[in-house]
Amino acid sequence: MSAVHSLATPRRRFWTEGRTGVAMMLPGIGLISTFILLPFFFSIWLSVHTEFVGSNQPMRYVGLLFYRHLFSDPVARAVFFKSLENNAVFALVVVPVQSGLALGLALLVNRAGTFVKFCRTVFFLPVVFPMVLTSLVWKAILAPGPTGMLNNVLHYVSFGHVAPQNWLGDPHLAMGSIIGLSIWQGAGFQMIIFLAGLQGIPSSHYEAAMIDGASTWRQFRDVTWPGLRNTTIFVVMVTSIFALRVFDQVYLLTQGGPLNATTTVMYQAVTQVFQDQSVGEGAAISVILCVLIAVLSIAQRKVLKERTY
Amino acid sequence: MASTRIGRRPVATYILLIVMMVLFLFPVLYLFIGSFEPPSLTLGGLRGIIPTSVTFENYVGLNQQFSNPQFTGSLRGFYTVSGIVSLSVVVGSLLVNSLAGYSLSRLRYRGRRGLLLGVIVLVIIPFESIAVPLYYMLQGLRNTIEVQIIPFIGSAFSIYLFYTFFLALPVQLEEAARIDGAGPWRTFFQIILPNAKPAFASVAILTFIQAWSSYLWPLMTTSQPNVYPLPIAIGNLVKQQSIPNFGQMFAFGVILVVPMAIFFIIFQRWFIRSVASLAVKG
Repeated sequence: MSAVHSLATPRRRFWTEGRTGVAMMLPGIGLISTFILLPFFFSIWLSVHTEFVGSNQPMRYVGLLFYRHLFSDPVARAVFFKSLENNAVFALVVVPVQSGLALGLALLVNRAGTFVKFCRTVFFLPVVFPMVLTSLVWKAILAPGPTGMLNNVLHYVSFGHVAPQNWLGDPHLAMGSIIGLSIWQGAGFQMIIFLAGLQGIPSSHYEAAMIDGASTWRQFRDVTWPGLRNTTIFVVMVTSIFALRVFDQVYLLTQGGPLNATTTVMYQAVTQVFQDQSVGEGAAISVILCVLIAVLSIAQRKVLKERTY
Repeated sequence: MASTRIGRRPVATYILLIVMMVLFLFPVLYLFIGSFEPPSLTLGGLRGIIPTSVTFENYVGLNQQFSNPQFTGSLRGFYTVSGIVSLSVVVGSLLVNSLAGYSLSRLRYRGRRGLLLGVIVLVIIPFESIAVPLYYMLQGLRNTIEVQIIPFIGSAFSIYLFYTFFLALPVQLEEAARIDGAGPWRTFFQIILPNAKPAFASVAILTFIQAWSSYLWPLMTTSQPNVYPLPIAIGNLVKQQSIPNFGQMFAFGVILVVPMAIFFIIFQRWFIRSVASLAVKG
């Protein structure tokens, strides 16, 4: 009797615990399945069907029509490739510049003191700024004509040698301007990540280097930089994925223009749905975006795993 | 604490710090000062950042511009929408995701490992890449407040953050509760909740920043001023091609950022800590 009892009790308990466990996770898991996983698969389905917003035509399977259109129709291809190129340029500039700046800032503020603490707050402040606010302020700073803030400052700094520029309206400058304001907003975020990384390096490593008489540069190269390896990989990957997601500032400040100079993949996806009324093509672009992000994430995991010791 | 050794030349360090600080602070100061200046000064080059006279005309003008709740929406309306959306998302996601994180970290049932792996994979998918199909799925809810809330309550990242935090809590606490006859629910609310404040603070802050700043999704799903959150109303001014009234735009920007700024000043350490916690993702 007692043997049966002692066998039955744990099993029953496991069952209740399991049921409670399922009940506890169900709302959260259910929500992310419905609003992340389901749309993810749905985008693949949508991308091979036609549907025009507001029309009453039934959905029709069209195979890879939208993908072919994106990759081989001369006009669509030109715009889509331009948006890919812009995202790539954004990533290639923002990743090294913003990460480098953030690392520099982290090194600067990695010390005690009231003033340093204040600076840390200032560098971090733009991170809590909504992108719409950043765009608003920078629209005024980058305003064309001699009274635009940046033009005015450059005028004084160069003693009148720099002519006023149309920062957001000139195809050669627009992307640079978008990149600049994005860096201003994002650098504080990476600074905090680097700061956490710096504080994870044991101070004994620095002491050992000091005893060896290592210069500041040698200390950075032999202690700080290797110690920040995983932090750096994380920052680089997060920033490149972030570079693929750029939308708000482009939509608000340039609408992808002038001459598609600032259009992005995300901007194209949204424009397809809302201007050209083509959910299928917007979904196709979303699928391509997902693939790019997945590739980046897998690459990150590979690199991290390879040399974690 | 390991401090780096650039400090050998403190003067150079401090000059660099001051230069960077000015660069970073400049746009923020410009926003605040510009919003209290007559419009001619706001876009008057460098003079715009030197406060010479204080006026509230931008704020008054802004309030007048949004005086018709039906056609233009009202400032109070935008605020209400943004407030309801942000609060609901924060409260909802704290409850739902912490429970899921606890369940995955402590309770045993079949399929738990698979679920955990699924959550980790979903962390990678950014909202932007599923916005289009999600928009299509939720078309029936367009122009409601609900549509701005529902998709953001469940968050793979928050579940994962709670999961890692709970995993690091000492099991003894819960064992003691269990011996006293507490079930998983009571253990969670009476033992785990009070001991996991940092995790809850991180998720609350990160979720709030996201919800309060959210732009793409309300842009896609709202077209009526009575359900516009603040960023959409402001964005409509910012994206105008005609010469905008920068004074009023700045005033609107200040209105948007004030609640965030107050939270930030009070909970600054928590803000920075919560952002640092994002790195657990790697």
